[in-house]
Amino acid sequence: MNPHARQFNADARRLSADLRHRGIINTALNKYAIKRDEKKALFQDWEGARQTAAEIKWDALSHLDQNLEKLAKTLEARGTRVHWASTAEQARAIIVGIAKAKNARAIVKSKSMTSEEIHLNDALEKAGFEVVESDLGEFIVQLRHEAPYHIVFPAMHLTRGEIRELFQKELGDAPSDNPEDLTLVARRVLRKKYVQADLGITGANFAIAETGMVSITENEGNARLTAALPKTMITLLGIEKVLPRLEDLALFLPMLATVGAAQLISGYNTLYSGPRQPGETDGPEEWHVVLLDNRRTALLADAEQRDALHCIRCGSCLNVCPIYRNVGGHTYGTTYCGPIGAVITPHLRGLRDWKHLAYASTLCGACAEACPVKIDLHHRLLQTRRNSVQEKPRWWEKLAFKGFAVIANRRPLWRYFITQGGRLGQRFHPLVKGTRLDPAYAWTKTRELPPIAPQSFKEWWRNRS
Amino acid sequence: MSERENILTRVREALTVSTPKPGAKQPGKAASATRDFRSLLPAVGATYEEQLALFRANSADLKTDFYCVKDVEAVKAQLASWRDSEKWRRIASHAGSLTEAVSSSLGLPVCRTDAAYSTVELEASDIGLTECDALIAQTGSVLITNRSAGGRALSVLPPHHIVLARRNQLVSGLPEAFQLIKEKYGSNYPSMISFITGPSRTGDIERILVLGAHGPKKLTLFLLE
Repeated sequence: MNPHARQFNADARRLSADLRHRGIINTALNKYAIKRDEKKALFQDWEGARQTAAEIKWDALSHLDQNLEKLAKTLEARGTRVHWASTAEQARAIIVGIAKAKNARAIVKSKSMTSEEIHLNDALEKAGFEVVESDLGEFIVQLRHEAPYHIVFPAMHLTRGEIRELFQKELGDAPSDNPEDLTLVARRVLRKKYVQADLGITGANFAIAETGMVSITENEGNARLTAALPKTMITLLGIEKVLPRLEDLALFLPMLATVGAAQLISGYNTLYSGPRQPGETDGPEEWHVVLLDNRRTALLADAEQRDALHCIRCGSCLNVCPIYRNVGGHTYGTTYCGPIGAVITPHLRGLRDWKHLAYASTLCGACAEACPVKIDLHHRLLQTRRNSVQEKPRWWEKLAFKGFAVIANRRPLWRYFITQGGRLGQRFHPLVKGTRLDPAYAWTKTRELPPIAPQSFKEWWRNRS
Repeated sequence: MSERENILTRVREALTVSTPKPGAKQPGKAASATRDFRSLLPAVGATYEEQLALFRANSADLKTDFYCVKDVEAVKAQLASWRDSEKWRRIASHAGSLTEAVSSSLGLPVCRTDAAYSTVELEASDIGLTECDALIAQTGSVLITNRSAGGRALSVLPPHHIVLARRNQLVSGLPEAFQLIKEKYGSNYPSMISFITGPSRTGDIERILVLGAHGPKKLTLFLLE
């Protein structure tokens, strides 16, 4: 078993039995579910909206080359520097290079999962720069030297008491465990950083090819500040985020907020189309947009799974996933967790190392139903299982299925095994039940195996008077 | 070959295999897509009164303070009373036919963001007073741009953002707001366009709503009849 799978299994086993952890996650997500359904109900036709959004994304991806060329052209027309990065390494080099050229002393960042994907903070810190995450949740997990626990709610796994302790230890300031006080402490610390910062880094939610704009969704106003105060601004953008038309946002912005954070629309939805223009009095003098591939084109090339690139990173598939809700976000060991993470990580980081994630699913389909852009998530997981077996079949599985086929293809043999033979076996089962010698150990270590009925339906039918 | 060409080449190679439209495999079962988002998005009444009522209800929900007032004089009087009760010492604003009249009436130093200004001074201002491009009934949002609302920072740095809007600036929904942006600015877009919905907020600690995370703790809107 590879180390990633071993770590997943160990953490999953520990956390699924941790009732405190489960309590925290359930409280947070149950509150979310009620509000989300309220907001969804406001839509006149939510299913129609999903279908429309899926078709717009499909259309955008089907012409991705044209959309990207157009986006680069429209951005550059207003003085934005567009960079192209095939790999995470190239993207890091471009951004570190800009920070060096600008001689940046302090860097503020607003929330960006794409920057987590390329481990940007590590690279900047190694190059000697100080980087501060400004989104409150990201700020908290950064202080803990942790990865975000959830795509949208990075600090969802922490209680106010733990956050107070953290602030006391790291910032020397936390008057109470009241969320309002704690938020104020972070606001004060981060305001100072904003006034000093000379480089701002943001992520992006959408890019508009037609008008050359980048759309950033947030609630706190930290991305607004990141794009207003520092002299230089860098935006990291995955190439799949481009939409053809400006008015498409009229649909995507409320859908993202509804399933992402149970709001009809997020606090700030801001479109940037350039650095400071002639006649404007604030905003960055330079704006760099880094377009990142990092194996997204490999996913695009897999026509069967291509729709995974529709993802708008709302996190709604995590919120409804029974596995996520039991094992939590860190167990996955990936930037993108939950069902969508299990689908895209094997593409981004290799099937052999990450195929185990596809098995961490009940295939119940709650994720596919929750997805606002209709990614057929549970079928993608099933296909990933198939692909991983085709790539590297396990000898004992092959053998086991061969044996099964021998029995299943022979009627009398099959009948014997599910009736008398099975009952005989079950009579001796208690000798090894629940121990490593038990062939059904994976099941019986935590569960009962129901006894085979004393009489099968066929037996009953034959014997009825 | 440049990385640009490398990426575009890989994209084009990938797209030589096309995929069916989403839901194409289940005819009849699939919900129908439409380019007219108005039939999908939350309903908005047709009349001005209905839209105003919806905007008011959304504002209350978002904890935005929303006032319908007769004229600029009423705004001046209201702000003068807050100036005294909240002990404002400095305000920040920009040139605009409405903002000019109000900001000069308060008798306080005004940090103007129309010309070069100091961030420290703006940060120390008690309010940021701006105009806007539109109010959106469907979502309770204010649409601003850095051209209509005094730059990028004025509406987000001071702790209290006050917006002055005219009666005819209320639009029904998001599709209409995007329409308005296109019609108003053509291809000469301001470099920042922002939909502000309620005061700055966060739910990052135990999913409990806290206002004033990074941006303004208070958002006040005046609609002038």
